[in-house]
Amino acid sequence: MNEKKQQVWVFVEQRDGQPADVSLELLSKGRKLAENLRGELKAVLIGHDVGDLAKELFRYGASEVLLADHPSLRHYNTLPYSRIVSELVDQHQPRIVLFGASFVGRDLAPRVASHTQSGLTADCTDLQIADVTYLRKDYAELLLQIRPAFGGNIIATIICPDSPVQMATVREGVMEKIPLAEPVAGHIAPIPYTPEDCDELVRIIERHREENKVDLKAAPIIVSGGYGMGNFQNFQILYDLAHLIGGEVAGTRAAVDAGFIDHNRQVGQTGVTVRPKLYIACGISGAIQHRAGMQDANKIIAINSDPDAPIFGICHYRIVGDVMEVIPMLIDAYKHKLK
Amino acid sequence: MSYHSVVMVKQVPDTANISGQVMKPDGTVNRSKLPTVFNPEDKVALELALQLRDRYGGTVRVVTMGPLKASDLLRDCLYMGADEAFLISDRRFAGADTLATSYVLAAALRKLQPFDIVFAGRQAIDGDTAQVGPQTAEKLGLPQITYAEGILDAAGPKIRIRRKIDQGFEVLEGTLPLLVTVVKDAAAPRPCRAKRVMAFKNARTLLELEKMAEANSLLYVDQLKEEYVSKGLFIETMTADDLDVDLARCGLAGSPTKVHKIDSVILGANEHETIPANKEGMYALIDKLMDDHIFG
Repeated sequence: MNEKKQQVWVFVEQRDGQPADVSLELLSKGRKLAENLRGELKAVLIGHDVGDLAKELFRYGASEVLLADHPSLRHYNTLPYSRIVSELVDQHQPRIVLFGASFVGRDLAPRVASHTQSGLTADCTDLQIADVTYLRKDYAELLLQIRPAFGGNIIATIICPDSPVQMATVREGVMEKIPLAEPVAGHIAPIPYTPEDCDELVRIIERHREENKVDLKAAPIIVSGGYGMGNFQNFQILYDLAHLIGGEVAGTRAAVDAGFIDHNRQVGQTGVTVRPKLYIACGISGAIQHRAGMQDANKIIAINSDPDAPIFGICHYRIVGDVMEVIPMLIDAYKHKLK
Repeated sequence: MSYHSVVMVKQVPDTANISGQVMKPDGTVNRSKLPTVFNPEDKVALELALQLRDRYGGTVRVVTMGPLKASDLLRDCLYMGADEAFLISDRRFAGADTLATSYVLAAALRKLQPFDIVFAGRQAIDGDTAQVGPQTAEKLGLPQITYAEGILDAAGPKIRIRRKIDQGFEVLEGTLPLLVTVVKDAAAPRPCRAKRVMAFKNARTLLELEKMAEANSLLYVDQLKEEYVSKGLFIETMTADDLDVDLARCGLAGSPTKVHKIDSVILGANEHETIPANKEGMYALIDKLMDDHIFG
């Protein structure tokens, strides 16, 4: 029996000193995984002057925060960050390492996985611990990395049976952020960092960040459009409806790819996961990647001209018809009833 | 200074356009029915490399790992303007996850040294992992710039690139050699030029030449190869034997991630209510939503 406790690590991403939501969501999930493994949850935090943030992570169950704090680590930079995380993983051999599937996480995680030769699964929509029999061999307590694959036509469960460290990335909003009522009595372990010349091979010249004005996760009502909206012009009617009923506008990946709407409003596996009171799916066929991001909505209205569209399989109110005819009628009905 | 680039490209199933006949009755995907396409962001990466060459001089070589029919993709690259194309193909590379793929790609890139920039698309549409670029960079010990939206400037061994970050962008200055992954908006790929299509439609890999020789007893592979090389129409193939690789780290054997289970997506029958698409229907719907305490 292995006496050492199994460790679940979460790389905590800070943006200008603030924790990324996805990192707190992953700590909440990591806590459960650590419980399943009877192990411990640890956070890896890199930045500068982020001691207060480190303490905040105790509220999410991290029993230890591995903290590299240095002026030149203020902003994410691939080479120094990946070197620090890779060396820590090499040294401590955690059982699981989770990263947010953000721009930073998707830049960092593959580098660390490559260095440590660990299995890494991108954009998981669920993570579980289970005993697995693979090729007639039994493996205890593996991480099941579950994600839609192949254009969303299948759900794949990925395992890393022989990889000492199992890694996964998860999009923002997929896991729920659940702070503890009482923070755990954790401690901060300072990680020394010595700058090296190669850390400066890529330098940040300029940096522009705006706080995201769109917060789909907090919106009580979301009016969402898919490729079936037909064109950019038609898509604008969704803003009229959203404005009227107090909602935000979102779109599917196909709508984003077609240029109907910006990526920061994308709902689904490679966008944001939302749980609003009401989700109105307009011209959305309902690929699983999209459903993964909205199926937990309290009520779903689906409008689609195809009576067999998969979206109808998860909706509460089904409307078969042309979105460009139905939505104006819905707007009129709302105005008549409520204004 | 001129720049020598290598672009990593991939032929992918066209997951965006899955039609009815591709889906089997049990809900799984019939891969053989899927048409293949040039991975869109790899095409953008090639365009960016070509633009850099057109502006500063240098060369653009393309490399793909895939089955033998991936030579179609390499011909497309030659049509667009690539100077030279390489196919990495070996049954022993099959079933590779991103780690094993990047291991082989890194070994192939070592053979193509020296270069200044390795370009790749941010991710391939069949997996959407965005892992192969950074994993290849790590294995080569190269710095990386992912999510590149464009090259702003290049001067000597330094290049300035604008990249996306969460809620914004950064301008980074990278020292060459460097690996860059490219997003869709970075450039609009040029169409294939008719002149180049005429010139390169006969470009062939060694295996394709062998098939020609098999089909025609008057042709000999060695002669064919010599002829194609002299005309600049030979696409070099790299197998495991040509690369300095440990087979235990290639293909399925070298892949730490394994597919444990595949579930087809089956929609559970749910209780839904059909609302007629007319005025009365909409009025009734508003009432229901008021009852649900969503409106009002």
